[in-house]
Amino acid sequence: MVKDPGKNKRLLWREVRRNKVAYLFISPFYIMFLLFMVLPVVYSFYLSLTDVQGIGMVKWVGLRNYINLFQDERFLQAIKNTSLFAVVQIPIMLTLAVILALILNSKRVFLRNLFRSVYFLPVVMSLAVAALAFSMILNKDIGLLNLVLSRMGFSPRDWLNDPDLALWSIVGLVTWRWTGYNMVIILAGLQNIPQELLEAAQIDGAGPWQRLRHITLPLIWPVVFFCLILSMIGAYQLFEEPMILTKGGPMDRTLTIVLYLYQTGFQKFQFGYASAIAYSLVIILLVVSGLQMKLSGGLKD
Amino acid sequence: MRPRSSHIRELSLPMSVAAQIATYAFLIFFLILAAAPFYWTLVSSFRSMGEIFSRPTFLPSRFTLENYVSLSGKTLFWRWTFNSFFVAIGYTLLGLFFCSLGGFGFAKYTFPFRDILFWILLGSMMIPYHVTIVPLFSVFSKLGLVNTYWSLIVPGSANAFGIFFMRQYISGIPTDLMDAARIDGCSDFVIYHRIILPIIKPGIGALAIFLFLGSWNNFLSPLIFMRTSEMFTLPVGLAALFGQWKVEYGQIMAGSVFTVLPVVVVFLSLQRQFIEGLTVGSLKG
Repeated sequence: MVKDPGKNKRLLWREVRRNKVAYLFISPFYIMFLLFMVLPVVYSFYLSLTDVQGIGMVKWVGLRNYINLFQDERFLQAIKNTSLFAVVQIPIMLTLAVILALILNSKRVFLRNLFRSVYFLPVVMSLAVAALAFSMILNKDIGLLNLVLSRMGFSPRDWLNDPDLALWSIVGLVTWRWTGYNMVIILAGLQNIPQELLEAAQIDGAGPWQRLRHITLPLIWPVVFFCLILSMIGAYQLFEEPMILTKGGPMDRTLTIVLYLYQTGFQKFQFGYASAIAYSLVIILLVVSGLQMKLSGGLKD
Repeated sequence: MRPRSSHIRELSLPMSVAAQIATYAFLIFFLILAAAPFYWTLVSSFRSMGEIFSRPTFLPSRFTLENYVSLSGKTLFWRWTFNSFFVAIGYTLLGLFFCSLGGFGFAKYTFPFRDILFWILLGSMMIPYHVTIVPLFSVFSKLGLVNTYWSLIVPGSANAFGIFFMRQYISGIPTDLMDAARIDGCSDFVIYHRIILPIIKPGIGALAIFLFLGSWNNFLSPLIFMRTSEMFTLPVGLAALFGQWKVEYGQIMAGSVFTVLPVVVVFLSLQRQFIEGLTVGSLKG
């Protein structure tokens, strides 16, 4: 409608000036976003094309770091471990979270608030402290787990140093810490299901299992899916647990992508190579969440 | 949560006695699993060093405070505690200010580019923090910020989750209140300070917990940015004790109790805000 583009621009400019307080109010985020996110991400890409070590000389190497990464057995092992971890741990945790949420959603459960609080409690423990506690619990000689197992007649195992068990220890720790958190989110989803829907189904003769399968589960699926995405992103950023519990060992069986990134960047100070690892992680995350979105869209159709 | 009238019958699975027993056994089993690490940490902190390294038992043969004494005297524990508190409080206060102000800006003003700016904010949540640590470290070391409190307090304090959360909260406040104040000649900042802040107190509480805990429990940032042991925070300090040649389990467990106890106490007394705070951004989504 406006014929004069100059006038349009002037109007816009006037609107911007009129709202300068609002821009001032939201500016801290954008300043920090530029300084602590955009700048590092761009700088990181530049670093990934060099072989800078510590504060030393910068040498341009092009895509060499990325080419090396794909032939780096430790990096491939880290991707394998991280993916295996995600595939094993997330279904266990989310299934458990859904079951616990379904049970605790019933008002008839005695002491349901107590159960809910205690299940949630692990999230408040600092990750590092939780990992330290687990390192003691899972210790072969002085740990609680082997104490319980031996009382029950099983033989003790070396949970942290056995190559076949170490990743399971990490699975145990992460599941312990996050199940209650996911349960609380799913519980909130359950409480948003309209009661009338369940009632109508009951009047139409749907049994409890049918209601669960055809009403409750489909209705909380978006919430569970949200948890799934969060867990997936979390799984690919796994760091503190293997860093403290197993230091990536035994035989790199618990080496994760971020742990390898940390070791490369902050123990060997190969900033260039570490940045290439960081960028690969972003690409992996994009692919994984993209695939999930697509898969869930496909399921709906 | 939607209100439910009392006459609506509870719609859950009708259960036999056997099924009920099985359900409670299931619940209690996981209750024990969830609580066990807390128990083991607490109990181990009262064991003597000799007992920790002998055959384990469920209860200590005698309670001793020697781990606490050696933690207090032989390590930098008090310094780490101070660092943790200082950083977490600074980060929380700064974060509360930036997030409530930003949330107010997005909720109550209509301005050009608002939607694009908001999408950028939401999109920034998807960038993994880990991608930024290497370049952030080299930028900070050039600016001389490595090994300072600044490196832990400032980045992330204008938190995207927090601004989003505050925006949802403030959107619910009627605009007439603001308009009336504006007619009375109040400036925008006075409206924020005198009208908005008092109304959103519960949300501020939840956000404070979210921010404080995020900083208190943070491990990666202090691990990278704090280069000398006097500057460590509690989690990093305790992990450093763990990395020593001879692992001082007793000291570590005593320190863990100190790290976890305040949080658990606050959690048990402020559960509603706590759960809301820790699930900031997820429940509203």
